[in-house]
Amino acid sequence: MMVPAVAPWVGLVHMLEIPFLRNALLAGTGIALACGFTGYFIVLRAQVFTADALSHVAFTGALAALAFGVDLRLGLYGACIGLAIIMAALGAVGRADDTVIGSVFAWVLGLGALFLSIYTTARSGAGGGTAGISVLFGSVLGISPADAWAAFGIGLGICAAMLAIARPLLFATLDEAVARARGVPVRALSYAFLILVGLTAAEATQAVGAFLLLGLLAAPGGAAQRLSGKPFVALGLTVVIAVGSVWAGLTLTYLAPKVLPSFGIIAVATSAYVLAFAVSVVRERRSRSGTGPQVSSGLKRGGMLMRRVPD
Amino acid sequence: MPTGPTWNLLADVQQMFALHFMVNAFRAGTIVAVLAGAIGWFMVLRRQSFAGHTLAIVSYPGAAGAVLLGLSASLGYYIAAVAAALVIAAVPRSPSGQSYGEESAVIGTVQAFALASGALFVSLYGGFLNSQTSLLFGTFLGISNDQVVVLLVVAVVSLGVLCGIGRPLFFATVDADVAIARGVPGRLLSLAFLVLLGCAAAAASQITGALLVFSLLVMPAAAAQLITARPAVSFALTLLLAVVVTWLALGAAFYTVYPVGFWLTSFGFGLYVIAAVATGSTKLGRRRRALGPAIA
Repeated sequence: MMVPAVAPWVGLVHMLEIPFLRNALLAGTGIALACGFTGYFIVLRAQVFTADALSHVAFTGALAALAFGVDLRLGLYGACIGLAIIMAALGAVGRADDTVIGSVFAWVLGLGALFLSIYTTARSGAGGGTAGISVLFGSVLGISPADAWAAFGIGLGICAAMLAIARPLLFATLDEAVARARGVPVRALSYAFLILVGLTAAEATQAVGAFLLLGLLAAPGGAAQRLSGKPFVALGLTVVIAVGSVWAGLTLTYLAPKVLPSFGIIAVATSAYVLAFAVSVVRERRSRSGTGPQVSSGLKRGGMLMRRVPD
Repeated sequence: MPTGPTWNLLADVQQMFALHFMVNAFRAGTIVAVLAGAIGWFMVLRRQSFAGHTLAIVSYPGAAGAVLLGLSASLGYYIAAVAAALVIAAVPRSPSGQSYGEESAVIGTVQAFALASGALFVSLYGGFLNSQTSLLFGTFLGISNDQVVVLLVVAVVSLGVLCGIGRPLFFATVDADVAIARGVPGRLLSLAFLVLLGCAAAAASQITGALLVFSLLVMPAAAAQLITARPAVSFALTLLLAVVVTWLALGAAFYTVYPVGFWLTSFGFGLYVIAAVATGSTKLGRRRRALGPAIA
């Protein structure tokens, strides 16, 4: 049944005929689009740890909802957006350092452990043990068609919002002081951005799991920044790598059913990063040996802005 | 099982210590608290919490993989944590444009990949679901005498190494440029520290679970560094706070149905918030006092 057909194209067509894989692809594409757009800025703004906290908090939110018998989505979105606002507020006081982030989210995770134990003791026998695990590691193959379309739609919405704020956000990220002087609402942007990351985390948790989401957020962004110093090229690359990871990972699951879909997706994303790393190291070595064009990677971060300054 | 605390402390402690597994839990908890406190103090100072978090999480696939291969889980903890420490340290900070964003992207990728591997190992192994929750969220039940001995050996060796590199590490942390100019091997020190951090995270995660190691690594050190700026005092305070939090959490977990990880993080976080509020208010008071005459 799940054995791939002989010719690759026949296999791929067959894969698309399986309803749950089609749903997984649809939901996965939406999530990957959202993760790509937000992930690029997460890496650029050095907020990976914050994103990590947001994605782990989805776990607490989901289990709180389960423990108290509320709708799962309410818990997910409530927890993620709530923490996003807290993180943004902490950041506004004086750049939230990693100690504060760590302390806050370790405690929130501890609360998650509490809710898990309440849920499992209250509803023993109802498969309580597996509920926590599927929140953590996702169940993209079990997603319903309606949920898949919802995930796709929300993903597109997040993309549209990110595109709308992309330019000012980039400006505010690369040179906060100048951006503020030019009247860019730096603070409002950082709130909006973190809330969008929270939305992404909440939406993606249902498919790839609270834990593995970080791979889709960090790896494509990191890889793209290794490959290109031009912001919008790198942004595009990030999205392509994220979507490609989801597609390739799901194909991997189809070819080898023993491989968990979440593992397949993260493994592809991780290899993309390793590959990009290798490419950038080779490139740097070549440019240092003097044969290639002398592209200083110091330009990478401040690329656009620095080039404008005449020597 | 206990009927509930009598609030006669002596009797309660006697009741707990009558059970061998509780004695072992306290032994292991104390060892882990001292180790994690000491290394966590440097971690907070070096702003490497994200790396610590990742090293702790890596112990989960380590344990799951070891069980899958038929090895002892605690061996898997240490191998995985040390390996991940080497990966994080090996990624060279690019010479010109070294940025924190780049480094944290690497750490995040390592973490996600480790978790995904853990999930894969567990699903390949089948069953094992209950212990999966305790791998992630910690347990204090069933710690064997052997485990306590292993923890003690790891702690003694790690703390010994930390004593050896403590002074140059502190120097390199506080003022990296001057330290390197004075010939302190910064790169080597940060590698050694990451490996130590891996060992501490692996040891601590056997009690607190892979997810909640922060309760011992970050919170006591963060609270102590808020309370006092003097290195020696805050270091001692960190150890004290870590041990106290662990004992309280073990006692609370013994007398309630809630997991030890929840109590650990809650006590630790409570401590941190109290420290932040208290020092924040004294700072505010001092500033007000300083401004007082000028305003008046």
